[in-house]
Amino acid sequence: MNATTPKLNFKWLLKMAWRDGRASLSRLLLFMASIILGIAAVVSIQLFSENLKQNIQKQSKSLMGADFIIDSKQEPSKKVLAIVDSLGADAMEVNFASMAAFPKNGGTKLVKVRAMEGPFPFYGTIASEPAKAGATYQSLKGALVDATLLLQYNITAGDSIKIGDLTLPVIGALQSIPGSTAISSSVTPTVLIPFSLLEKTNLLQLGSRKEYQYFFNAPETNLTALTEKLNPILNAENADLDTHVSTSENLGKRYDNVSRFLNLVAFIALLLGCIGIASSVHIYIKEKLKSVAVLKCLGASRTQAFLIYLLQIISIGFIGGVIGSGIGTGLQFAFPYILQDFLPFDIEIIISIQPLIMGIALGVLMSVLFALLPLLGTWYVAPLEVLRGAEDNLKKPKFARITVYFTIVLFIFLFSFWMLKDAADGMIFTAGIFITLAIMAGVAQLFIQAIKKFFPTSWGYTKRQSLLNLFRPNNQTMVLVLAIGLGTFLISTLYFTKDILLAKTTIENKKNDANIILLDVQAEQEAALLQTFESKGLEVIANVPIITMRMERIRGRSVNEMRQDTTINMRKWVLNREFRVTYRDSLTETEEIVEGDWIGTAVLGKPIPISISDNMAEDAGLKLGDAVVFNVQGVLMETYVSSIRKVDWTSLQINFMVLFPSGVLENAPQFNVMTTYVPNKESSAELQRDLVVHYPNVTILDLRQVFTIVEDILDKISWVINFMAFFSILTGLIVLVGSVRNSKYQRIKESVLLRTLGAKSKQIVQITALEYVYLGLLGSLTGVLLSLIGSQLLALFLFKQPFIPSVIPFLIFIPGITVLVVLIGLSNLKSVLQNSPLEVLRKEL
Amino acid sequence: MSNILKINDLEKTYTSGSKKLTVISNISFEVEKGCIFSIVGPSGSGKTTLLGLCAGLDYPTSGSIELCGTRLEDLNEDERAALRNKEVGFIFQNFQLLPTLTALENVIVPLELQGEKNAAKSGIALLEKVGLGDRLHHYPSQLSGGEQQRVALARAFSNKPSILFADEPTGNLDEETGEKVIQLLFELNKEAGTTLVIITHDLDLANRTQQILRLKGGKIISNEKTTTV
Repeated sequence: MNATTPKLNFKWLLKMAWRDGRASLSRLLLFMASIILGIAAVVSIQLFSENLKQNIQKQSKSLMGADFIIDSKQEPSKKVLAIVDSLGADAMEVNFASMAAFPKNGGTKLVKVRAMEGPFPFYGTIASEPAKAGATYQSLKGALVDATLLLQYNITAGDSIKIGDLTLPVIGALQSIPGSTAISSSVTPTVLIPFSLLEKTNLLQLGSRKEYQYFFNAPETNLTALTEKLNPILNAENADLDTHVSTSENLGKRYDNVSRFLNLVAFIALLLGCIGIASSVHIYIKEKLKSVAVLKCLGASRTQAFLIYLLQIISIGFIGGVIGSGIGTGLQFAFPYILQDFLPFDIEIIISIQPLIMGIALGVLMSVLFALLPLLGTWYVAPLEVLRGAEDNLKKPKFARITVYFTIVLFIFLFSFWMLKDAADGMIFTAGIFITLAIMAGVAQLFIQAIKKFFPTSWGYTKRQSLLNLFRPNNQTMVLVLAIGLGTFLISTLYFTKDILLAKTTIENKKNDANIILLDVQAEQEAALLQTFESKGLEVIANVPIITMRMERIRGRSVNEMRQDTTINMRKWVLNREFRVTYRDSLTETEEIVEGDWIGTAVLGKPIPISISDNMAEDAGLKLGDAVVFNVQGVLMETYVSSIRKVDWTSLQINFMVLFPSGVLENAPQFNVMTTYVPNKESSAELQRDLVVHYPNVTILDLRQVFTIVEDILDKISWVINFMAFFSILTGLIVLVGSVRNSKYQRIKESVLLRTLGAKSKQIVQITALEYVYLGLLGSLTGVLLSLIGSQLLALFLFKQPFIPSVIPFLIFIPGITVLVVLIGLSNLKSVLQNSPLEVLRKEL
Repeated sequence: MSNILKINDLEKTYTSGSKKLTVISNISFEVEKGCIFSIVGPSGSGKTTLLGLCAGLDYPTSGSIELCGTRLEDLNEDERAALRNKEVGFIFQNFQLLPTLTALENVIVPLELQGEKNAAKSGIALLEKVGLGDRLHHYPSQLSGGEQQRVALARAFSNKPSILFADEPTGNLDEETGEKVIQLLFELNKEAGTTLVIITHDLDLANRTQQILRLKGGKIISNEKTTTV
């Protein structure tokens, strides 16, 4: 007879895949759960990022409120005004920080005053209560005050507000205005007033920070050409042109970082899912090899046998992908709610099909890819195994294995590249994962070798037996240490990273540190203010003179010329900034010289030795000895960098980028910043009321309020981070449950044999519990230790922050995961302990 | 009568590191079509190895095998599978039913592999013949050892094989159940006119076959026809 290769018969393959799968449904569901969570995380984040991008583009005009804006952080020069006039500004504002007082109850608060003229915004609206107040506050010569501020101070429309020397009626509550976020408004709430009344506040004095903005309603303008033409001229005059396009792009970039972090978290959840797949399928297929050999005996071809199980995996991946995408779609509706305080606009959720397709495709792809290695077994298992039962000796050709490994590495790299949008980062991430895996495998191997070498022969039977389980044939040491270890590693790295991220913004309010800062104290007010403090029994902690200046020349090159040069290696802000500088003959405790020598006193007639902060040195590309000419309100001062300081910016002390020695700036026009410590809320309110009445130009920063707001913001950020970390941790736990649960089938036969030979329940429980204690401890300890090293590296190279590890992973994760592993392991024994050995063998094997 | 199985100078050697272990050597015999043939010998004599080679489950080190007119050495793995599906039936000592398939599904696997449309109908008829008409949808774990071996019998005959290999078919059964299974095997075989090759320790069973091949230490020590008709 002529033997030919059997036809594939796809319908039969599907039928067989279903028949075989339905009996293992509960195990396959666990495997599916890891896919669902991973995909849900990726899809929800992808959809949300997509929505964020689309919304920013769609709402770019209403986000800015105008087509373009010319702004200047100082009074605009004649040249700037000429440009503004020639373009025909449709609205303008002057904004600055100032104290506001409510005469009704004496309340005071630092606010952002925006003195507005013209019908701004041209796109979007001013949301106010009453609704028409946004359009009438200018004609009614009243103020539109931040809604939360009004609620805090129990002020309603009709009450008055005092800004500087001007008292005006509150027309309504300001809910939102294009260009500002809820977070920024909570630090300095906005007060809109008509520009025509600005003069009467008497707050526009020399040295006070103010911004001039000119708004243009010109939809037909070619914004790219306009930017190219005007920006160089405006920059030279310390002004700037922003278009709605560039603003939305910048905004997009800002949220790119948020997306990137979220993507990374999703990726970790997905990777955990992959480990879940790999470990579940490994044991699942191993148990199926005998059936495959039988099928081959009965005439199934290698392709048919392989396809039956591949179809199962594809189906599970597909269903997991669909469910995961569904959950991800539902979840992303929660993001606008969670992130609303960080976004300057309302998000309109649009379900785009691309992330959904990607979710399903990813579900199938990752399932197949991570199942491929064990699946190869179905191809190579010989029908002879039916007679011999030696599937443990199954050999998979090297080439096939290497190809699968290579494809997995490629997948992880491509996926991380797609998520992180950076090839180098993707490579580092992929390498990190594989180095971790290699180390874990090495640790597991070492552990096995160590037990073999130093086997405690004097131990009792159960202890010895549990140790023997770790290296006997069919041991699960490597698989479980890898699954538990990598799961713990990822979860705990996420935890440590979260700590680093949150610690970066944590501030401490130490007792006796200054908690009230007075800005813009004029020279003639200094003595009287010191008197006021003394009369109230308050100590002046710092009284620092401030002089404003700009850079004129750097290393002999004019700053204006450098602005035009696109090739220079420095951050442009340095060239445009109005520096606030102080002078003294010594350093404070928050400063430390890292390069050069600190010179505290200048020698007349010689270049002035200045000290600059390390971040400024880096951004400006300045080195020791570099000459810098400063323009101090018309007077040019030649200086050189004599030292570079490390400054602790998180200390909330008054710190400076540029520090002059004493002996040169004493007679320059200056104002002071004073700090003091007030013991309680009441004395703070009393001091502020006093100061607002007598010194309306002085801005008071109450750090107590700032601390509360910052804490609130941090709470929200940690909520978001925790919410996303939850995904990964949940996937990790499911993977853990899956891995340990699957190991049941490895050990149950032995437990039953022991039972048959007369082992008591207690002995079987002890053997199993101890084996899982060893595995849980080894896996979780290795995972946490490796994540400690990984997080240290992240802190050092990525976040550039000192890293103080939390003890939570050591105190909670290691024992918690070990206990979980032991509990799941022991639950595997339930049937052995409750039924007769024969019954168990029939039911379970 | 023509021969359905021709074995010529067969040898199987396993290599482990530098050591070589010859399990069978100088094996040559023929099995006539329709004959009931038995292979007997003590443990380790190479019976199972020989069965694996005859059925195309393994590759010999040297020698040739002709099964149903086809030289097995000319076939690749998938062509051998196709040949088994069409011409060969198996009964194993450990039954080797697929644990995730019901009794009926197990029986019809060979037919479905052939693309048979009425597989279920034939499967039910076969299970009724072996007395398991009321156990069609039971899983192997829900059946006794004897019942499982009867399902395996039904499966072995489902594709109407030309030759059926039985590896210690009663090895896992008690005497009474074993006897019932053998009776059934012979009945089905007679009805289908299949060639039967049985590997067994049981000399009583061997004596009920038409020809006995005796193996010892991997070599044939005798190959005799019996008086059984």
